[in-house]
Amino acid sequence: MSTVDLGLPAGLRGVPVAEAPQNRKEYVSDQEVRWCPGCGDYAVLAAFQGFLPELGIKRENVAMVSGIGCSSRFPYYLSTYGMHSIHGRAPAIATGLAVARPDLSVWVVTGDGDALSIGGNHLIHTLRRNVNLKILLFNNRIYGLTKGQYSPTSEPGKVTKSTPMGSVDTPFNPVSLALGAEATFVARTVDSDRKHLTSVLKAAAEHRGTSFVEIYQNCPIFNDNAFDAFKNPETRDDAIIPLRHGEPIRFGADGRLGVVRDGFASLAVREVADLPGGESDLVVHDAHTDDPAYAFALSRLTDAGVLHQAPIGIFRQVERPAYDDLVRQQITTAREAQGPGNLQSLITGTDTWTVES
Amino acid sequence: MTRTVTIEVKQLDRVVIRFAGDSGDGMQLTGDRFTAETASFGNDLSTLPNFPAEIRAPAGTLPGVSSFQLHFADHDILTPGDAPDVLIAMNPAALKANLKDVPRGATVIVDTADFTARNLKRIGYDENPLETGELEAYHVVALNLTGMTVESVKEFGLSRKDASRAKNMYALGLVSWLFQRPVESTITFLETKFAGKPEIRDANIAAFRAGFNFGETAEEFSVRYEVKPAKMASGTYRNISGNLALAYGLVAGAQRAGLPMVLGAYPITPASDVLHELSKLKRFDVTTIQAEDEIAGVGAALGASFAGALGVTTSSGPGISLKSETIGLGVMLELPLVVCDIQRAGPSTGMPTKTEQADLLQVMFGRNGEAPLPVLAAQSPADCFAIAVEATRIAVTYRTPVMVLSDGYLANGSEPWQIPDVETLPVIEPNFTVEPNATGADGKPLYLPYLRDPETLARAWAIPGTPGLDHRIGGLEKEDKTGNISYDPANHDLMIRTRQAKVDGIARSIEPLHVDDPGGAAKVLVLGWGSTYGPIGAGVRRVRAVGGKVAQAHLRHLNPFPANLGDVLRSYDKVLVPEMNLGQLAMLLRSKYLIDVVSYAQVRGMPLGAAELAEVIGNLVEETEGIDDDARQLGAAAAQLTHWDHQEQTEGAR
Repeated sequence: MSTVDLGLPAGLRGVPVAEAPQNRKEYVSDQEVRWCPGCGDYAVLAAFQGFLPELGIKRENVAMVSGIGCSSRFPYYLSTYGMHSIHGRAPAIATGLAVARPDLSVWVVTGDGDALSIGGNHLIHTLRRNVNLKILLFNNRIYGLTKGQYSPTSEPGKVTKSTPMGSVDTPFNPVSLALGAEATFVARTVDSDRKHLTSVLKAAAEHRGTSFVEIYQNCPIFNDNAFDAFKNPETRDDAIIPLRHGEPIRFGADGRLGVVRDGFASLAVREVADLPGGESDLVVHDAHTDDPAYAFALSRLTDAGVLHQAPIGIFRQVERPAYDDLVRQQITTAREAQGPGNLQSLITGTDTWTVES
Repeated sequence: MTRTVTIEVKQLDRVVIRFAGDSGDGMQLTGDRFTAETASFGNDLSTLPNFPAEIRAPAGTLPGVSSFQLHFADHDILTPGDAPDVLIAMNPAALKANLKDVPRGATVIVDTADFTARNLKRIGYDENPLETGELEAYHVVALNLTGMTVESVKEFGLSRKDASRAKNMYALGLVSWLFQRPVESTITFLETKFAGKPEIRDANIAAFRAGFNFGETAEEFSVRYEVKPAKMASGTYRNISGNLALAYGLVAGAQRAGLPMVLGAYPITPASDVLHELSKLKRFDVTTIQAEDEIAGVGAALGASFAGALGVTTSSGPGISLKSETIGLGVMLELPLVVCDIQRAGPSTGMPTKTEQADLLQVMFGRNGEAPLPVLAAQSPADCFAIAVEATRIAVTYRTPVMVLSDGYLANGSEPWQIPDVETLPVIEPNFTVEPNATGADGKPLYLPYLRDPETLARAWAIPGTPGLDHRIGGLEKEDKTGNISYDPANHDLMIRTRQAKVDGIARSIEPLHVDDPGGAAKVLVLGWGSTYGPIGAGVRRVRAVGGKVAQAHLRHLNPFPANLGDVLRSYDKVLVPEMNLGQLAMLLRSKYLIDVVSYAQVRGMPLGAAELAEVIGNLVEETEGIDDDARQLGAAAAQLTHWDHQEQTEGAR
């Protein structure tokens, strides 16, 4: 039997710990990576392979489940257990996996089409149930594997192969959607910022329940530079609204910008210099706020169209019992109350008659 | 009150009784209780609940009528009966909706309380049929059951509405008296069911007793009936419905495999009761997930199978359509998965509470690509247990999704079941791979997830958490043995043929098809599958009772077929295939064996009738013997056989 370290963070409770320190190479599979050159997925994969050994859990107890799309090839490139499933259904499959096996660290890798279009239903229900699994949503705001149609996060007016006159769809804000679905852990990060990405992944792994992480990921072929504002040294200071728990939300060159309360349940970005109280008027970020309205208001600071500005970091991190824990608890309770089932007595029931020979 | 006439006790060998009333009148409960009393008395029995999809259609209307038919006998019987000998109609709509099925001379017990001009007009009666003489061909017993019920429970201080709700128990008491049923189990049942509501409990028991005593003391009935216990094989019996037997069979299969079970399901008629039953069985390490939709239900089940549990999903035809893609993934991943299709009348939403067996081709072929999987079908309510165990055996042994077909008739119908000793059930061996099963080119030990057992072609199954055997599988075509992604043309052809060969090879592990052909002189074989077993058997018996020679066989394995099926088909001049679809098994048989079977297809949402089948079989027997159309008698004679006796007696009499 493997050792279970009671000192592991909540999200990993029940997963056996590794007997020896691990390194990145152990998590690299023998499969050739086949994403396009320059794809943001490479950066996420490298960060992920580098981060997994830090969890200190047994490699064979990590299970990756993906759907369909470019990002969903992810499990093939990790030497863990993995399933490349079908379009949109990874959260449902991972739910069965997580319920059956409390000793696994379960991860879902999905994209904006997979999670928000064909698989929208499974995503919201997994979030509301708070199954102990981690969802990484690679948002490139385009369909890549089917060669460049608009996605449910593409900006209005997007001209693609399937929308020659521009998309007329209103896009989803994935963070707003997750918060509306009662998610307990909601974060956003960027493919190219390895340090931030790793810190968010770590927090996601440690959270018990469903962790939802939106990763802004560049598609160099069909939607290049969609996140340029967050990467270009000239714009990124004003583009990234950094969310750090316990700190005032202040950003921009020389900290000139900040987030303030603005009317009923709304937040707004203002020049700090224009505020009567200066920094003291800024919102101090509290990811543990019970009311999701605060995190939702934060999520609305994201541009709906072409992205120039968006909050990056952990929007919400609150505790709520995880579905799989509750399901297993009911089984334990039933066995304690009634004893382990006796099959013969079950099928016999209470209302029988006997025919003598 | 004392009786002035003596009550005659009349012996019957079999009775068909039908309870009918409004959806809210508790007719299903009444039927269930009468069934339990009859089962504990030791009769053989078969039941047919029949109810609308609407939970409470407007009271007193024809669409709102719900009924429960029970056939019980002193011998072994096969169907719930074609026509009732006794109809209990709790209101005018129930009388009108059911009378067409009742043969002349039958007894019709009517609650007259709702026979008001307004109610009658609402369902198209201009005059009260109890007064016009139009029922004179029946033995009508018209009683104010509601009024007598209210009177019998007045001491409990209930409102008239609540008091009248016990009228189903009053009727049950009366009929229990009429057929000399033991009443203790119903009283115990009411005590338990209404334990938390003493006044309701006492009112129901009082109404039940009052109904029984009314039969005893009133003069409406001069005859009581006795149906002696059936001679059944020695053993312990219980009554069981198809859905309950299916739930227990799934648990038994998982237990015999030593695997926890995870059911992912979405509520759908008529499959929901399997979810309900399994959700009560957590102590057997059964997890039930009521998923957000049908796709998530099967997805969670497949995820659980990947984890090393027994994944199960239960649904009906529309849900199976939604699950198809995930089932195809299961075929590709080669993981165990039990998929239960409790068929209902289609297409589309169809008739949710009515039965049909028209999903056969859907479950055989309703996936993209060449995606073969084993298909099993239960032939009676109790057989759902054995079929579920068999499905688990195949799923786990061969690492494949398995389709189990039941239907609305089997799901809700019930019959006595000789309870098996669980130790006699097959032991199912998951044989998880826990060590490397090959050596790589570099000489190092290696795990090949698609390395196969040479006998079963089952792949090596290692579950997450097994050190050194981590691997990735998915819906993309895999390379033989390694399971790596492969687009190689020859490999794809090999894998397609291997998956097919694996399913075909299951035939080596199943019993050959048994043919019932007493005397061995029959030229006609009647071959069925699924819930038509009872009606076909009853039809065949009738034909034999009037001297016809006919053989019968029934398929429980529809993919692969039993290995001897081709030989069986070729040894008869004619093969008749009755089905509740437009000839789906007939199509499969014709294409596989090039034999022009005769299809008898009826799609009415109801089980086939014994009499209609007797006629069809009898005519085919005579046709095969070269008897001209206008000279044929066997079918008509067999169909008209109403109070035919059981086989031994009939043969003794001839």
